[in-house]
Amino acid sequence: MEMPQPDARALAAKDDLVRRLTEALGPDGVISAPEELIAYECDALTAYRCPPMAVALPRTTEEVAETVRICASFGVPIVPRGAGTSLAGGSLPTADSVILGVARMNQALDVDYPNRVIRVQAGMTNLAVTGAVQGEGFFYAPDPSSQLACAIAGNIAMNSGGAHCLKYGVTTNNLMGVKMVTAEGEIVEVGGAHLDPAGYDLLGLICGSEGQLGIVTEATLRILASPEGARPVLMGFSSSEIAGACVADIIKSGVIPVAIEFMDRPCIHATEAHAKAGYPLDVEALLIVEVEGSDAEIETQLATIKAVAERHSPMVMRESTSEAESKAIWLGRKAAFGAMGQLGDYICLDGTVPVATLPEVLRRTAELAEQYGLEVANVFHAGDGNLHPLIIFNANAPGELEKAEALGADLLRLCVDVGGCLTGEHGVGVEKRDLMLHQYRAPDLEQQMAVKDVFDPGWMLNPAKVFPLSMSEGRRHAEH
Amino acid sequence: MTTLTPASEAELSEAVAAAAAVGQPLEIAGGGTRRGLGRPVQAEGTLSTSGIRGIRLYEPGALTLVVAAGTPLAEIEAALDAEGQRLPFEPMDHRALLGGTGEPTIGGAVACGASGPRRIQAGACRDAMIGVRFVNGRGEALSNGGRVMKNVTGYDLVKLMAGSYGTLGVLTEVGFKVLPRPERALTLVLEGLAEDRAVAALSAAVTAPFDVNGAAHLPARADAPARTLVRVEGLEAQAEYRAASLARLLAPFGEASRVDGDAHEALWRHVRDAERFAGREGAVWRLSMRPSDTPGAVGRIREATGADAFYDWAGGLVWLCLPETGDAGAAVIRAETARLGGHATLVRAAAATRAAVEVFEPEPAPLARISAGLRASFDPSGILNPGRMRA
Ligand SMILES: Cc1cc2nc3c(=O)[nH]c(=O)nc-3n(C[C@H](O)[C@H](O)[C@H](O)COP(=O)(O)OP(=O)(O)OC[C@H]3O[C@@H](n4cnc5c(N)ncnc54)[C@H](O)[C@@H]3O)c2cc1C
Ligand SMILES: Cc1cc2nc3c(=O)[nH]c(=O)nc-3n(C[C@H](O)[C@H](O)[C@H](O)COP(=O)(O)OP(=O)(O)OC[C@H]3O[C@@H](n4cnc5c(N)ncnc54)[C@H](O)[C@@H]3O)c2cc1C
Repeated sequence: MEMPQPDARALAAKDDLVRRLTEALGPDGVISAPEELIAYECDALTAYRCPPMAVALPRTTEEVAETVRICASFGVPIVPRGAGTSLAGGSLPTADSVILGVARMNQALDVDYPNRVIRVQAGMTNLAVTGAVQGEGFFYAPDPSSQLACAIAGNIAMNSGGAHCLKYGVTTNNLMGVKMVTAEGEIVEVGGAHLDPAGYDLLGLICGSEGQLGIVTEATLRILASPEGARPVLMGFSSSEIAGACVADIIKSGVIPVAIEFMDRPCIHATEAHAKAGYPLDVEALLIVEVEGSDAEIETQLATIKAVAERHSPMVMRESTSEAESKAIWLGRKAAFGAMGQLGDYICLDGTVPVATLPEVLRRTAELAEQYGLEVANVFHAGDGNLHPLIIFNANAPGELEKAEALGADLLRLCVDVGGCLTGEHGVGVEKRDLMLHQYRAPDLEQQMAVKDVFDPGWMLNPAKVFPLSMSEGRRHAEH
Repeated sequence: MTTLTPASEAELSEAVAAAAAVGQPLEIAGGGTRRGLGRPVQAEGTLSTSGIRGIRLYEPGALTLVVAAGTPLAEIEAALDAEGQRLPFEPMDHRALLGGTGEPTIGGAVACGASGPRRIQAGACRDAMIGVRFVNGRGEALSNGGRVMKNVTGYDLVKLMAGSYGTLGVLTEVGFKVLPRPERALTLVLEGLAEDRAVAALSAAVTAPFDVNGAAHLPARADAPARTLVRVEGLEAQAEYRAASLARLLAPFGEASRVDGDAHEALWRHVRDAERFAGREGAVWRLSMRPSDTPGAVGRIREATGADAFYDWAGGLVWLCLPETGDAGAAVIRAETARLGGHATLVRAAAATRAAVEVFEPEPAPLARISAGLRASFDPSGILNPGRMRA
């Protein structure tokens, strides 16, 4: 992976910069010792590492603004960071950058149940938001698997999703407002406890902009009443095609499940060996479909879903009738990533495809995996076609990472070619940056970069991400 | 006054590029029914999207619909209806309120970000949008998003295009996530509640786990008592269960009666299309605020202007109709949004009033700079609907 040449002037400014940041944030607000910077040299895309010049850990929005102004005065780029769980290298530093981490800003500021909103500092973890309101019977809907660790700041920047987004949407559908520090160090508020913008939808633009348009310091989020109950049904099929057709028919039936999870044979076997959830081993594909509501509502919805599934001759159909059975059904799915970890190192991809193309895509995936001589397991959110093929490889074997990455790139191109996209929820970061021209034409990307020009004329915020370096070159190196 | 009616996106690009080259401003027209929205456009030419129409892709099993922007909404709704599906955001029909006669297009609905009562549960127009194609003010045909529900590849210009009133680009194609039409829908009605009690009742309803997707209050009029409306939908048994649970929950606010069938449809059309103010004199405003703040704000505005009001979105949306004199109530109304947060839009008024009063809530300086920057970046020569949103 190519990263831009560090800017010599920025590097030379390091001592002065650290001194100014320390004056502003106090000695415990700045990290610059090489051994301590190691902790910030990568995110969850661990194949790529690069320590930054320094790390700033402000405690207030005003301190964030001061940090931005100081970095700007030295011409030093900033890489914003939440919890560093990005799988796309979104918070990967460059050698000439300052990491601005919001992890210390992790408080809930205001919970307003009658109006169904909570205002939080952006460093609060996703799960802590639900934790803050569940006592009153509420929850925050977007639930990435990383929710114990990841921060709302990162969720907003990546527009993260989760298992329940078929019903509740992703971050952007549950975000009502932000407080943000601009590239110039100005503090602005966009949105709030009311719905919809007064003018252009700047909030919709900021969400998913990967830390390139401003530093988010606070967020106003929609909270919802927790459902009365939830229960899954597990179904096994003799082919991925049949399982895919069943997914389409369930959706057409008028029931919107909260989750439709799909696992293929390699994934079922790996998971079963690891978690012993009692999954059937003779099926080619397995679906877990969950619905919500009161007991009676759950019964009604599951009856509809089962009737639809019967038309596809399932080999196995197991409806949960108790809390314990529900847990058992989810056990394997939740352990899937851990189970894959037992098989070796893996790359987790994140393309989306039109639901109707699932069978074809799964078949092509298997063919490509065989061509490369690598194993690929599939576990994904089937209702919305968001695939997570896991490429298993051995990081210690020379050339294997490169081979796995090449297969990953082929699989993502496949997603685009069938009408889908490169990333459904993890973001572009550095990982998919150079594939962007496979999905978009140059003028499409020029218009997006022109949006960054408006928010960040000097390209000081996370500049080496999202856009192919060759395309952003002139903007990143312009004299300001 | 010339009217251009390109038959394809390529022709439309050429038309815009040609206009940009000579700096000729264009008014973008879909079906003409929302033309009265926003400030009057200062343009000599009209660019009609009526030649760019048709359903490009509809996969009911994937809940996915892609349509050309000039397609009449009625055509889209009929196609969805045939498969038992619908647009989630319940777009308002502006014809009753604005007195227009055109045929509303999907591009016009999207450009106005038209979201109806279901917005509180199913999301806004922008939340249902998964992709756009548009021609910017340079005449470049661009694409963003696509036809899949989950897509975070690059910046989300799809959201930006929603509600931009044709000032950033001419939409040529829009992709949506659609939803199944429920088996059953019904509404609980509480009578005679004062406005603050009504908003409290609506809050109780939407904070309970019964998936309420319509929550409105119609204050008393000479010919009718105040009515507070709570809508539930779902499978037959589900809707029944939800209604019964809500009736119990709302008992402290009074005994709820039920409306369903055609009367139910008519009731929500009344709310969605602001029929209360159709055919009545006066300026019409739309306020989006924190729901619990609105009864107080409305009380003060009414005191100063004599406004009539009704509430949607569990109180978070207020429609006002008041005498169109002076600034049509702008100063009084915007004092409330400035103090409490939120925004007010002048939806209906004579062209002279809409040119003199800020139709959209003024933005604070740093945001206004960003918005102006975006406008200049998408449409450098300022030829698309000049003046529609800001002077
Ligand atoms: C095991 C595992 C499971 C995962 N499961 C899911 C899943 O189910 N769904 C999903 O969507 N993702 C998932 N992810 C990916 C990741 O957790 C999300 O992208 C998450 O939102 C990142 O949050 P973070 O706080 O860790 O952000 P970081 O990694 O710190 O940063 C992510 C991006 O946000 C930017 N950023 C951070 N803070 C700010 C700020 N204050 N202002 C502006 N920009 C900022 C960064 O510059 C970077 O571009 C998973 C990751 C792991 C490791
Ligand atoms: C020959 C002719 C005669 C007309 N006669 C009348 C008349 O008698 N009465 C009348 O009220 N209007 C009339 N109009 C105006 C025209 O019909 C409307 O402006 C438009 O067609 C309304 O469509 P709509 O209802 O879909 O939304 P519109 O009212 O068209 O549009 C609402 C807003 O969205 C914008 N917009 C619409 N489509 C797009 C798009 N694809 N991309 C970006 N922005 C878009 C518009 O510029 C406007 O700001 C006439 C237009 C023409 C060409």
